[in-house]
Amino acid sequence: MKITRSMVLVSSDPLSLQRGSLEIYRRFQEKLESYQLAEEVALSTITDVGNTEASPVVVIYPEAVIYGPVQPENVDRLVSEHLYKGHIVEEMLVPKRHLPSRMAWLQSRKGSLPAQQRILLARVGKIDPENIEDYILHDGYQALAKALSKMTPQQVIEEISKSGLQGRGGAGFPTGRKWSFVASAPGNKRYVICNADESEPGTFKDRVLLESDPHAILEAMIIAGYAIHAQEGYIYIRGEYELSQKRFLKAIEQAHEYGFLGKNILGSNFDFEVHLHSGAGAYVCGEETALIESIEGKRGEPRSRPPYPTTHGLWGQPTLVNNVETLANVPPILLHGAEWYRRFGTPSSPGTKVFTILGNVNATGVIEAPMGITLREVINIYAQGMKNGAAFKLAQTGGSSGSLIPASLQDTPLDFDSPRKAGVSLGSGALLICDDNTCVVDLVKVLLRFFRFESCGKCTPCRIGTQRCYETIRAITEGGGQLSDLDGLLRLAEQMERLSNCGLGQTAAVPIRDMLKHFRTEVEAHIRLGICPTGICRMVPEDETAELIENQMV
Amino acid sequence: MKDQSTKDLPIAAIVEAAIEKHGTNYDAFIPILLEVNKAVGYIPLHALKEIRLRVRAPEDGIFVNEGRLYSLSSFYHMLSTKPRGRHVVIFCESAPCHVVGGRQVWQALKENLGLKAGETSEDGKWSLVTTSCLGTCGVGPVVVVDDEIYGNVTPEQVPEILARYE
Amino acid sequence: MISLKINGIPVEAPEGTTVLRAAEQAGIEIPTLCDHRDLTPYGGCRLCVVDVKGWRFPMASCTLPVAPDMEVTTESPALVESRRTILELILSNYYDAGYEDSLGETQLMRWAKRYGVDPAKVMLKKPRFAVNSDPNPFIWVDMNKCILCTRCIRACAEIQGRFVWSLVERGFDTRVVAGADTDMLDARCESCGACVAYCPTGALNNKMSLSLGLPDKVVTTTCTYCGVGCQLDLNVKDGHVVRVTSNPNAPVNGMHLCVKGRYGYDFIHHAERLTKPLVRQYLLEGTPRPKGRGEWVEVDWDTALDIAARKLAGTRDAYGADSVGVLASAKCLNEENYLMNKFARQVIGTNNIDHCARL
Repeated sequence: MKITRSMVLVSSDPLSLQRGSLEIYRRFQEKLESYQLAEEVALSTITDVGNTEASPVVVIYPEAVIYGPVQPENVDRLVSEHLYKGHIVEEMLVPKRHLPSRMAWLQSRKGSLPAQQRILLARVGKIDPENIEDYILHDGYQALAKALSKMTPQQVIEEISKSGLQGRGGAGFPTGRKWSFVASAPGNKRYVICNADESEPGTFKDRVLLESDPHAILEAMIIAGYAIHAQEGYIYIRGEYELSQKRFLKAIEQAHEYGFLGKNILGSNFDFEVHLHSGAGAYVCGEETALIESIEGKRGEPRSRPPYPTTHGLWGQPTLVNNVETLANVPPILLHGAEWYRRFGTPSSPGTKVFTILGNVNATGVIEAPMGITLREVINIYAQGMKNGAAFKLAQTGGSSGSLIPASLQDTPLDFDSPRKAGVSLGSGALLICDDNTCVVDLVKVLLRFFRFESCGKCTPCRIGTQRCYETIRAITEGGGQLSDLDGLLRLAEQMERLSNCGLGQTAAVPIRDMLKHFRTEVEAHIRLGICPTGICRMVPEDETAELIENQMV
Repeated sequence: MKDQSTKDLPIAAIVEAAIEKHGTNYDAFIPILLEVNKAVGYIPLHALKEIRLRVRAPEDGIFVNEGRLYSLSSFYHMLSTKPRGRHVVIFCESAPCHVVGGRQVWQALKENLGLKAGETSEDGKWSLVTTSCLGTCGVGPVVVVDDEIYGNVTPEQVPEILARYE
Repeated sequence: MISLKINGIPVEAPEGTTVLRAAEQAGIEIPTLCDHRDLTPYGGCRLCVVDVKGWRFPMASCTLPVAPDMEVTTESPALVESRRTILELILSNYYDAGYEDSLGETQLMRWAKRYGVDPAKVMLKKPRFAVNSDPNPFIWVDMNKCILCTRCIRACAEIQGRFVWSLVERGFDTRVVAGADTDMLDARCESCGACVAYCPTGALNNKMSLSLGLPDKVVTTTCTYCGVGCQLDLNVKDGHVVRVTSNPNAPVNGMHLCVKGRYGYDFIHHAERLTKPLVRQYLLEGTPRPKGRGEWVEVDWDTALDIAARKLAGTRDAYGADSVGVLASAKCLNEENYLMNKFARQVIGTNNIDHCARL
């Protein structure tokens, strides 16, 4: 991946456009070329700047300075002074009184540029994951030593709470609060479970963490055990991740040798053991109660909640279930303090987030970015733009259960708060980016086929609802759709969300709703005109799909 | 289902070894089944019986019947209750692979193998199955043959990949 | 005790009670299919959802424990809409082959009617499974009517302790099967019929009763087979027992019956059943025993008992008391068995007495 030094965002909200921001954008393109800066400076637009007297504005990172109002003739100076020589052009800065809160927020993301802020991926690719000494040389087990020697369990939980860390599995529940729930729940034994059953399509951040830095996760599990008074931990790694399992087993072995696991860890009288449990191929086991059922040797059917695992978890005892990425945040927080941690991300969603980028873009892979980054930044900077110069049509965030984000919403910051407001979800951090050769109906059909296949079958709305939704959408792609189907789909999706026992059935409704919200015209074209606007759907009954369904289970 | 193909395999010994490794507590059931599936290629009915006979700890309230083991085997996608071919071709049909050309690769796989999803060839060489995400989406479309993962697969590469297997 | 409000009515329930049970105790009925008070709560069908103040979505009342100051609403236009959706989904995967099942209105049909869902309109147009798919001599299996409530699985495991039934596959393909997808007897079924008793749809039924029609009366009685004294309901039509059903209020056995109590009633109307004492003709006439022992003759009780007493006394006198042995029956009352014991030890003078329950 190329290294981007700076990033320029040109506002392109209606007011800015009216005042000539397109011309500004064009001039930047030109000037960056002529100064030979195009390789190291990323250029993009931003729509969501808030209505301001200072429009059009230009935001330059990593310094996070905001210029405005900018005229096309100012561009030369900005490039030569700021980007070429590195001097901030003071007199062109937006006057403070014109800064709406949104811009203040943009400024707060100081220093947020690719590959500059790595908390979770800091050691990835730099250390030998099978060598504990390499890990120790890179700050390894220092957070554990600090916790055991200088902090009480209560203080550990307080530090995590203060950091504002939120669960990275998708729901964003405050981690410190969860830890204190488990610590204070009555029970004979307590358990720590690390959820590494990463099965959300398009998500493989946990695999990267486990394969490249397994000791970091192990260290976090031990710290969590200390904080909640547990003596045993399980890590549930999905069955397909053989290398992750192999490396984690080795990490457990080495940690034992070095006295980080077992009896009387580092002379602190604290005992802790970790067991590795392999998944066997079931997406639904990423749901924490299904995961617990699976460890207990049962079908992965989610339990009814309440009671929650924090009080009635593994073997009926209080249990802490945390995602791999959540735990990866723990050692750095303890080592550097909650205050340090809160410098990253946004006030309501501190820290960084690991995203996986996929789809029709030039660069796919894993990135770590501060919370609050926008989709447009991801596409233009990290993913190096759309493949073959195609137009961006939509993105799905957070794997199969995530939202479909149309191009018009690509400036929504990706953190735990903003997406909720905009009706999109951050989920697992997968960003599936699709160009205009993607048919949204075809895409949603594939998603529903996935849910239908991965539903555990326990509750009626999910077991039969996903199938009926799939059948209806499939009929639309085969030319057999009716307009009345769309209202039926919406109604059923709403009931699935209301009535399903777990997140699988509840979120299966999300892509359907988003499809009808943002792309209704395209869906209706299939029905009214009998054509697929992108030419993807064949609009005739296909055996293939039916056969895929009938024979999936082998 | 007749278990002809597994006649020569020491099922009892395989089960014994798995129990040695994972124990007989409830949390050992799925790991034991995974080991059997790995060694045999699927989970034959008589392996369920071997497991049942060995997993017994009435004093701890632990016992299991074949129905429960079968139920587990059919729930988890990595466990197979039916015999499979010598080589298993797994195709990821999730959205990330789908939008980058997965459908054409799937078509090529079916044509080259002459199989539909879930089928095993008559000579017992190939099984073709689909799966949900394999976690290697960065290089989609993804095809797995036995334990080997092929990424960024194009329809043209399919015959060449398959030719590597005897 | 925990205090909560259901539909505005103050209710008290012990900790650990589910909202559905607490409502039931307060006389409020919440529709359910997968829940049964004898079985571990499951939370599968979702018909029993209720609104709970503070929760965004409805909760399944069958698995939700009561909590202090909880405010529950069990019926509202939105909940009716949800229940209707659940029933439509369930029935969209249900198929009725049209045969007489002699069950009357099943629980599923009762809720469908209550919520205005017409089964004929939404149900499948062709079967997914073979009707009568299991060779068990007593239990009729028609999985086209199965709604995966898993009551049969739980009844078998929790009431009879046989673990015959289980779920296989997952998602939409989930099915209930016996053992490792075999037949019931092969899966060690004892044919107690508990699964039939708990089935809310008629997917499981009694083979012998299938076409006999509905009873015109139900007689609660005690099973005659053994000393446990299980209570059961004889379903009688035109003076004939057409079916035995569990009596949920039975003090000893609840819904549980064994194969004999539930299915062993064919002797009642059997052509070969003895209704009067019979003796061999030669004994009546006092003549020597002919070859083949001769004919049976119907007599009155006094005559029959006299002959039995004479022969027993004669045997005892000729060969000693231990030449006689007494086998008592589990179908006798305790008092009767006590008398048999007295008879063996005091009258005959032998300790040779045993009971059929040990055989």
